[in-house]
Amino acid sequence: MTKQQANWSPYDNNGGSCVAIAGADYCVIAADTRMSTGYNILTRDYSKICKLADKCVMASSGFQADVRALQKQLAARHLIYQHQHNKQMSCPAMAQLLSNTLYYKRFFPYYSFNVLGGLDNEGKGCVFTYDAVGSYEKVGYSSQGSGSTLIMPFLDNQLKSPSPLLLPAQDAVTPLVEAEAIDLVKTVFASASERDIYTVRRQTRTCYHKCSWYPPGIHGT
Amino acid sequence: MFRNQYDTDVTTWSPAGRLFQVEYAMEAVKQGSAAIGLRSKTHVVLGCVNKANSELSSHQKKIFKVDDHIGVAIAGLTADGRVLSRYMRNECINYNFTYESPLPVGRLVVQLADRAQVCTQRSWKRPYGVGLLVAGLDESGAHLYYNCPSGNYFEYQAFAIGSRSQAAKTYLERRFENLADSSRDDLVKDALMAIRETLQGETLKSSICTVAVVGVGEPFHILDQETVQQMINAFEIVGEQEGPAAEPDDASGQEAAAEQGGSTDEGVAPMDI
Repeated sequence: MTKQQANWSPYDNNGGSCVAIAGADYCVIAADTRMSTGYNILTRDYSKICKLADKCVMASSGFQADVRALQKQLAARHLIYQHQHNKQMSCPAMAQLLSNTLYYKRFFPYYSFNVLGGLDNEGKGCVFTYDAVGSYEKVGYSSQGSGSTLIMPFLDNQLKSPSPLLLPAQDAVTPLVEAEAIDLVKTVFASASERDIYTVRRQTRTCYHKCSWYPPGIHGT
Repeated sequence: MFRNQYDTDVTTWSPAGRLFQVEYAMEAVKQGSAAIGLRSKTHVVLGCVNKANSELSSHQKKIFKVDDHIGVAIAGLTADGRVLSRYMRNECINYNFTYESPLPVGRLVVQLADRAQVCTQRSWKRPYGVGLLVAGLDESGAHLYYNCPSGNYFEYQAFAIGSRSQAAKTYLERRFENLADSSRDDLVKDALMAIRETLQGETLKSSICTVAVVGVGEPFHILDQETVQQMINAFEIVGEQEGPAAEPDDASGQEAAAEQGGSTDEGVAPMDI
């Protein structure tokens, strides 16, 4: 008699792609709007972006139920932080919190592939990229999700930044201007949607700028 | 002041059916510096007097934001107040996490009261020495509650606690009938006037008082000093007389000295009022 295998999985993959690009004084975060299961579409109009703090936004692809639970956890923790410190969490602080929260469930992970983007305390753009259990790194740009295998090489080609392991430390942020970065993001989704069935051109995009910031909006093509 | 044999611990009744330790805890509230609260149909305002112990120190924080829709002003043992505020904040966060909606004020107040009651029925605990004015907004409108160390709570249109609060209460009793339809600014003005009453002659300045507002479309927040000073100037509130000698400062909560104050006599237990 062969061993019984589980035929029920607690996880599902709702697909989609997320991208973030950091500049000297801005940060662009975008995610497509399709939510799928298997070969079906659940909705064409879903935002995978969540504002965690004033200057910190998270885009997550993967299992959206876990993503939602993760977002709620972080929001509650952020409230506690605000009560204790009388201020909002900075993006690097939130980055560490996210990592710890993910690793907390190391043995029943959040099936959530995250990209955190925002401005650090000096107003410089920062992007953090994660795996499902909290391993993270500060980078100049990143993509996660079903289309990331198509998107990442293209971003590498356009934006390649020096390795964070180099000494002396070199700036990871891209020298591009914000408008160019936004254009790049639009192009990236246009390309990925050609070959990845789970990604569409339509995206929600948030741009953080040192001087002002735009609330997340649905932006078309 | 000593009610003697029956006041050693909170689990001992007196022959007259009173728990003296609980009454002593309520005495601690009366020793704290004043806090007032008043509400209209759409807004609730909290105010408190902030007396610093010395010129060198900062004043104690007596008004705490609990959530966007709830805030609390305390009088008495500030440390107890801080701990209870932390509990209230936690409860709001947890409720919001589970139900994705704000915790109704009435529920929070009951939970708080139940916690306070526990401390009146354990031999190894003591009652909380702090009175809380809980101001909040929920679906059923604007609310102001008073939670006392005994575990009782009451809803009020307007109330004042702490030292010299009777003066403020007298003022509020004259005004409370008009409060329900007051505008937000009038409500703040009334709060400042009530605070002024507790100062008894001292000039009302924004540096010695704190005011906080919560209302429809207005999350709970503490007004900054400049705004308060502007309001004081605008409403032309000046001290009635410039007292030449400094007011005897019995307003710091922790000095719960055995004051032969005219509080309770051996008659009605204060908790029953």
